[in-house]
Amino acid sequence: MTLQRTKAQKVKRFLGNNTVTILFLVICAFGIPLSGYSANYLASEVVVRIARNSFLIVSLLIPILAGMGLNFGMTLGAMAGQIGLIFISDWGIVGIPGMLLAMIISTPISVALGIWCGKILNMAKGREMVTSYIIGFFMNGIYQLVVLYGMGVIIPIRSNALVLPRGYGIRNTVNLIGIRKSLDNLMTIRVFGIPIPLSTLIVIALLCIFILWFKKTKLGQDMRAVGQDMEVARAAGIKVEHTRIVSIVISTVFAGYGMIIYLQNIGTLNTYNSHMQIGMFSVAALLVGGATVSHAKVRNVFLGVILFHLMFIVSPMAGKNLIGQAQLGEYFRVFVSYGVITVSLVLYEVRKKHDRGIAGQILAQEQEVKA
Amino acid sequence: MNIKVEKIISALTQWMRSFGLPRIIIGLFLLMLFIAAPFVGVNIGTSLSDTFNRFGMNAVMVLAMVPMIHSGCGLNFGLPLGIIAGLLGGTLSMQFNFTGPTSFLMAIVFATPFAVIFGWGYGQLLNRVKGGEMMIATYVGFSSVAFMCIMWLLLPYSNPTMVWGYAGKGLRTTISTEGYYLHVLNDFLSIRITEHLTIPTGMFLFFGLLALIIWAFLHTKTGTAMTAVGSNPVFARASGIHVDNIRALSVVMSTWLGALGILAYQQSFGFIQLYMGPFYMALPAVSAILIGGASVNKATITNVIVGTFLFQGILTMTPSVMNSMIKTDMSEVIRIIVSNGMILYALTRKTEATR
Repeated sequence: MTLQRTKAQKVKRFLGNNTVTILFLVICAFGIPLSGYSANYLASEVVVRIARNSFLIVSLLIPILAGMGLNFGMTLGAMAGQIGLIFISDWGIVGIPGMLLAMIISTPISVALGIWCGKILNMAKGREMVTSYIIGFFMNGIYQLVVLYGMGVIIPIRSNALVLPRGYGIRNTVNLIGIRKSLDNLMTIRVFGIPIPLSTLIVIALLCIFILWFKKTKLGQDMRAVGQDMEVARAAGIKVEHTRIVSIVISTVFAGYGMIIYLQNIGTLNTYNSHMQIGMFSVAALLVGGATVSHAKVRNVFLGVILFHLMFIVSPMAGKNLIGQAQLGEYFRVFVSYGVITVSLVLYEVRKKHDRGIAGQILAQEQEVKA
Repeated sequence: MNIKVEKIISALTQWMRSFGLPRIIIGLFLLMLFIAAPFVGVNIGTSLSDTFNRFGMNAVMVLAMVPMIHSGCGLNFGLPLGIIAGLLGGTLSMQFNFTGPTSFLMAIVFATPFAVIFGWGYGQLLNRVKGGEMMIATYVGFSSVAFMCIMWLLLPYSNPTMVWGYAGKGLRTTISTEGYYLHVLNDFLSIRITEHLTIPTGMFLFFGLLALIIWAFLHTKTGTAMTAVGSNPVFARASGIHVDNIRALSVVMSTWLGALGILAYQQSFGFIQLYMGPFYMALPAVSAILIGGASVNKATITNVIVGTFLFQGILTMTPSVMNSMIKTDMSEVIRIIVSNGMILYALTRKTEATR
């Protein structure tokens, strides 16, 4: 039996479920005219960003299915992807083969990191998100140890363009000229003068189809069961811990591939910074698309990318035109990115309490009918 | 005879277990650094002096963790909110042209209402999200810092030492506290033992006073209620304690201590860091108290003192000793690994995961 609601309650529920998305629609509705950008420019920018970021964001979906919340540990995958890219730049392998090789190198690293991360998250059930967040910071330390002190000494790197003048450690920025836009330019069509990187979009579509298929497999269903209730799943004979680790491993591996696709579009690797922000931006974009900590669909990814990046593109210019300082717009978009995550997390926790209340209301209604 | 040895060993393992393995490792590491220091040409006096200094700078911010841990709100990753209250206090005190020690007192006075208001709101928020406090606290901290970035640009400050020279408005990213409250605590009753070793008595007294207040508070009726709320909220409610009010009070206290902490930090550091400055300041404070032996739901003043000393000791000693030993500065990497490793260790303890 479902709860009978009045129209007002239904509207309130809908607004409550989509607060963040609606907020963003409002911001974009004000920001776009203020920025003064042409529709053509905005459309082409948004297309570029969909191709650049979607793969990374899709990698967040599987842990949400398994009830582990937003996987801030996706930075681990991003680091693995960057290590792959450093190697192929050193070996001078260019184009699509270079990208594929980088992905192949990143896979075992991602798998190992994913297993480790999953094991730690199993030890911290109930606070996976904050733990995965700290894991990201912790691994950043290890990553720096390996890349800044290990590469060139223990791990052979020959290219002088990569190694710091002191003889070891990778430079702050690595030029990825060899694979720059190699996937994007493989197949590009123009629609109304807007270049569309069809090949990248096909790869992303394939991944989305994989995710949709995966949800229907035995493993996918197991994950859903674990996400609903760990104890029930365990009673049903599902290996809960194992399933959770697998979900994190899949997410980490995809995050690695996603990072490689992201960086081939950008063309330069900020060795010590690129991976740190990616987690935050991906999570924020997914939440803007209407996902929550416990529910995320593929369509949330695309809606999120479009809205979040529209805000990102227009806010510096809008800030400049409104108050005369572009810096203000910069800060505004940083504030909004963090604010969105805060609001979504708070709403999720409040809703969790509220839903327990609804169960009570249903019970009361049933009793009323009987009486 | 054999029984005696066994007894000693069991007592030793008991002590080791209660003290915690990571603490022993970090303690030994620090001891090793101090022993190695003279051999690689690092002056022990300067090192100790630096360690004391950094202890004084950071101890109050670490102390800010205690009330919230006691009331069961977890680690205060939202410390930047308190820091912002402190920054507002400091900048306002300078804006109204208070100088010398008065400016420090006035900074505290100005910071207090902000800390109370912010902390109260933040406490109300945390009361609505019981169980998920830590993640939300992190993001409350981040978004408040980002929000204040906008405000620092827009607020009508006008003191020429604080605003950008060419525009005449908008605060600078770093503001010198020279002529205002630079070193007011450092120099207060400071004892110079040798040429290199100075003890910043004022900072120790400041921390000691606040620690005493917190210690005394935790032994009052309200303080005991706070501990009860933290260890068993259902029981606390049954015994007639307003759980939400007590939790909000603890958050206000934490926020206020965070505000005082950053003021103590600035007066020694010499600069007010605005904009993205407070962004990651919660992490060192959180890991310091964890190194000191606190857990996600248990913390004492001793944990604060031990933890801050160990953590800051390592931060001071690694760059100087490592630099002279292997001619590389790995201190930043070590800092990241130690501090975050410590937080991870605390988050994954089984006994605490039950809460």
